[in-house]
Amino acid sequence: MPETPRPRLADYALEVRSKNAGPFWVTLETFMRDEAGYRIASDAAFLNEEVIGRLYGVPAGDVQIFRIPSLNVVKISFPRPVSQASLHDRDVHAGQHHVPLALLEVPDRLRAEAARA
Amino acid sequence: MSEDAQFAADVRLPARVKVMAPSGMLGAGIDPATVARGLALGADVISVDGGSTDSGPYYLGKGVAKTTEAAIVRDLRILLAAAAEARIPLLIGSCGTSGTDSGVDWVAGIAEKILLDEGLDLKVARIYTEQNAEDLKRRLAAGAIHPLAPMGPLDAALLEECTHIVGMMGHEPFAEALRAGADVVLAGRATDTASAAAVPLMRGMPAGPAWHAAKIVECGGQCTTNPRSGGVIATIDADGFEIEPLDPGTACTPISVAAHMLYETADPFSMREPAGTLDVTGATYEPVDDRRVRVEGSRFLPADQLTVKLEGARISGYETMSFVGIRDPEVVARIDEWSAFMDQVLTDRVRQTLGITREQYDYDLRLYGHDAILGAADPERRPAREVGVMLLVNAADQATATAVAKVANPLMLHLPLPDMAYLPSFAFPTSPAEVERGAKYEFVLNHVVDVDTESELFRIHLEEDAHA
Repeated sequence: MPETPRPRLADYALEVRSKNAGPFWVTLETFMRDEAGYRIASDAAFLNEEVIGRLYGVPAGDVQIFRIPSLNVVKISFPRPVSQASLHDRDVHAGQHHVPLALLEVPDRLRAEAARA
Repeated sequence: MSEDAQFAADVRLPARVKVMAPSGMLGAGIDPATVARGLALGADVISVDGGSTDSGPYYLGKGVAKTTEAAIVRDLRILLAAAAEARIPLLIGSCGTSGTDSGVDWVAGIAEKILLDEGLDLKVARIYTEQNAEDLKRRLAAGAIHPLAPMGPLDAALLEECTHIVGMMGHEPFAEALRAGADVVLAGRATDTASAAAVPLMRGMPAGPAWHAAKIVECGGQCTTNPRSGGVIATIDADGFEIEPLDPGTACTPISVAAHMLYETADPFSMREPAGTLDVTGATYEPVDDRRVRVEGSRFLPADQLTVKLEGARISGYETMSFVGIRDPEVVARIDEWSAFMDQVLTDRVRQTLGITREQYDYDLRLYGHDAILGAADPERRPAREVGVMLLVNAADQATATAVAKVANPLMLHLPLPDMAYLPSFAFPTSPAEVERGAKYEFVLNHVVDVDTESELFRIHLEEDAHA
């Protein structure tokens, strides 16, 4: 029997987006649907500087994470790994860089907690 | 007493100041009904941004605008008529996309023509924000230029390599131009917030709410429940500000307003201006009714040292592009293998025919439909149906970049998989295949200059009185 696909972070979000924050930074935001979704996105064991560093190929020490419970938002910023509009930059506005984050698989532990909420 | 406070005392302090932001960007398409509504609500000033670095270094590097002239003409005609009708100032920051002197003159030329056509008597000030490399080198030598993360210390040679350098002005040069009698101020590079903060600050409103309101309105309708709607109006008073969409069918909610602090900012709680830092950590967002929000608790922390941020771009080479489409299922199924083979054959062919190595040119081979956008970070590896192969070549001169692209041309047409027994022919969408893209630019400055006054790096030109 084929394995049921695991839920992704985007399944618990209204929107996951990315954008330039000036020429030298990229910023990502997850607008979670509700508090249960926010608990997943803000879980520091699931989503932290090391995970973002691995997803985007950037040093974990450069990653800044802002957890904002009043908006059910987790915001993540890091310096652009490739200079804006340089030969090897494939996303001038960094507008498609949310996808690796949006497609991050939610671990069973958090999925179960969200289902109980 | 600061100049602003003195001015406010001289003219008697108003209880509140209303800032109309009719659109996120000049030229994006301003709705005249939106502007009329803003005037009816009692706007004291119209503020709009004319640019940003968002679309890359080309516009600053070359000193040209991203927006087409007709779009500026249309929006400016609506705004100048409104400013004249209500006798309120019109403030525009970052003219011509990047805020170069040529961008300011371009917008000012358009404005002049409209004023003449419409018979409007408004006094226009231009504020030039371009910086001279020699002056900046002296300031660098004096230890007055510092890097911002993620950049390192500035190399003086870099300043000379820039084709254009602009300083990002705050609100004070806008205020100075208005005190000198301007009705319309067309500024070079300014912080996104400066044009909206200027009049509230001049009229004695507290800095926390004035800067916070300016940040919320700078993208027009972006802080509403319908980001595509027209602009917004902010009413700043002694304790905070209220924000309301100009489109009666759209709402501001505490979430839509608070969330706007996230947009295009690395840090959502603090924002640096020349004179200090806006801190919204303690801000509260409360509904006034179903479409207006009141914000209180924003603070502005004055800095010990005034600073002006620099932006600069230099030419990083010349670029030629070529593009071909692949539909052949066998090649598409093994596209990574094909691409690696292309890399190897192309590099060899360029060395054989042009006698140059990868140190003298560089290229980027992108597989659109496969993994062009995210590359190694792409979490999905589904097979594509067709692949668009883009070759971008960069070299120190255009002729070399094009020569490399031309060497690549027969390979982009016919390169088989290494074990294929026949030569496929792929689908070029255009003839010729190569497009010369000209100079390529890069942003190289992310530094601040220590200054003694907010205006010392900028030049304000008020037009001569036409009737004098």
